[in-house]
Amino acid sequence: MTDITVEKIAAEAGEEISTVGEIPQSKLIWMRFSRNKLALVGGVGLIIMYIIVALGPFIASNHFRNQNQDYLYGPPTPVTFRGADGRLGLRPYTYEYITRLDQESFKFVFDFDRDTRLPLEFFVRGDEYELLGFIESNVHLVGVQGEQRFYPLGTDALGRDVFARLLVGGQVSLTVGLVGVALTIILGSVMGTISGYFGGAVDDVMQRVIELILSFPTVPLWAALAAALPPISRSFTAIHRFFLITVILSLVNWTGLARQLRGKVMGYAESDFVMAALAVGASDARIIFVHMMPNASSHIIVVAALAIPGMILGETALSFLGLGILPPAVSWGSMLTQAQAVPVVIEHPWLMTPGIAVVLAVLFYSFLGDALRDAADPYSI
Amino acid sequence: MASYIVRRLGYMLITLVFVTVVGFFIIELPPGSYLEFHIQSLRQQGGDVTPDQIAALERRYGLGDPVHVRFYKWISGFPRGDFGQSFQHQRPVGELIWSRLGYTLLISVLTLIISWGIAIVVGVYSATHRYTIPDYLITVLQFIGLAIPNFLLALVMMIVLQQTFGMRVGVLYSREFRDAPFSIAKLLDLASNLWVPIVILGVAGTAWTSRVMRANLLDVLNMQYVQTARAKGVYEPKVIWKHAVRNALHPLVMTLGLALPGIISGEVIVSTVLNLPTSGPLFFQALIQQDMYLAGTFLVFFAVALLIGNLLADIMLAWLDPRITYR
Repeated sequence: MTDITVEKIAAEAGEEISTVGEIPQSKLIWMRFSRNKLALVGGVGLIIMYIIVALGPFIASNHFRNQNQDYLYGPPTPVTFRGADGRLGLRPYTYEYITRLDQESFKFVFDFDRDTRLPLEFFVRGDEYELLGFIESNVHLVGVQGEQRFYPLGTDALGRDVFARLLVGGQVSLTVGLVGVALTIILGSVMGTISGYFGGAVDDVMQRVIELILSFPTVPLWAALAAALPPISRSFTAIHRFFLITVILSLVNWTGLARQLRGKVMGYAESDFVMAALAVGASDARIIFVHMMPNASSHIIVVAALAIPGMILGETALSFLGLGILPPAVSWGSMLTQAQAVPVVIEHPWLMTPGIAVVLAVLFYSFLGDALRDAADPYSI
Repeated sequence: MASYIVRRLGYMLITLVFVTVVGFFIIELPPGSYLEFHIQSLRQQGGDVTPDQIAALERRYGLGDPVHVRFYKWISGFPRGDFGQSFQHQRPVGELIWSRLGYTLLISVLTLIISWGIAIVVGVYSATHRYTIPDYLITVLQFIGLAIPNFLLALVMMIVLQQTFGMRVGVLYSREFRDAPFSIAKLLDLASNLWVPIVILGVAGTAWTSRVMRANLLDVLNMQYVQTARAKGVYEPKVIWKHAVRNALHPLVMTLGLALPGIISGEVIVSTVLNLPTSGPLFFQALIQQDMYLAGTFLVFFAVALLIGNLLADIMLAWLDPRITYR
């Protein structure tokens, strides 16, 4: 007996089969996604951001906790490509700074001596650091040999390198969203599926709990919960605090996902493929994990991508108010607390740079989330 | 309709009881109490605190009682308008919060109304001028508006206003009006200061609402009844505003209940940055210093504002869309 396939029939008739409708869904999603140029900008931008932040201690010239008492509120070190002979070259230089006491304001001001050039060098040995948690080194990407140090974004009130803190703070601010979303997905999909699948009293209780959580405005609720965390000590380290902050952030966020998944699961429960699975005696767990979850996965991914910017903004706001990430840990929000007083910011505008980083990260994530939302349903027009 | 509202109010009351329980529980969470904080600061000032004094303080604040007794004491005062005593300010909580909550609500509601007014017009414009340069420009502005944290915007606004216009930010009334009785001049003075927080708070909401409005209107404009209206030769602005926009508004009103918590959250942060005499600064201070009855009462009232907002949104939706029936 020979197999009769579409190909054979087509070959006998001497026709070519149209490939229309044969594009797999995954490819359709990718086509839809890559059509959106903003999404590519967002995706590439985020990848670059995460790489820079992960390699932060190596890229920055100084350790983020190193305090330079002689350079408090120091301005960014200028960089020039003009050599001593006044010609443009490939070697970057910086200038030597001179500290001067301003007679009017009685503050130290830093002038740069435009005649003495210090060469900026690559792979300079400097402060010890730990990269990615296991590589110990003291080689930095760029730096200056000798006494003076290189501060591309200046220093803060304690003479710490703002650029180094920006990169290390980014490690916290950019992972809060990812860890928080992971927790949101776990909590939201488990609760939502249970609620939708079993219904009845379980569903009622779950819905009331969600309503209760949603009846508080988020920021005051987050703040009240964060205020309940113990202060940082030997037994409660900055990492514990970081983790609990993400738990607090996702504690509110899971409710949205749970509600949507509940609706989806209730819809699937009526569908033929679930009926078929039930008829052949599949267990509840198999129906949920093998039949329902894969169907809802694109929806979950979209909700997750759209939730990340909110979490980053939440962490930043909490840390800014002194309720989130606390020293000795750094985050973009906690860096911005230094920029709270207007006169300080006017004199030292480089303290606002973490704000730019936050806006960029959130913008990139929104581009990505928007495109994912459009791509998740590739059959729409 | 009336029976629906009555039943919703009943539900609200039940939710409210749970809200107070959760609020109290959260405020009880921090290890230690205001008393320890107080004793520590007394010791730091050089004074010695004897066990007798501690016992007296404990009795005065009722901190020796078990949790459920304290909760009952706190909640049983609610119907009488007694929300307990603020440790830090040595005054009843009720006295401290009313004017501050009032200003928070005033700013939030004004922000909501103004940002919706702008967002609807902008949304309609960009939907009717799809894929033109102004539409792209609006889209870019919307993304940026959504990405800027409102406390950062508050900082930037403060700097710009102070540097370039010499304006004092962080007050609701100018000095000469602060204790003046109510008058038109005082109201105008309030308006001249109030626009700053309203603008800061409104940016994100306007961006989001106008995006939703644009998408909704685009959906509606594809419907056949719009085409019919055009085919009949109805004046185009009338097609847009009378036929299309009215139907595009419903999904927006449904999100009203979601918009309010965002604005209240934002107000709390922005007013803390601007140091306005609204809920924000007092609430965060109370949280940090574990002034529990003050913080707890704030939390409960924020929730009450939300519940009322949601109810109003539902009623408004029913009034806007006669197809919706409530059983």
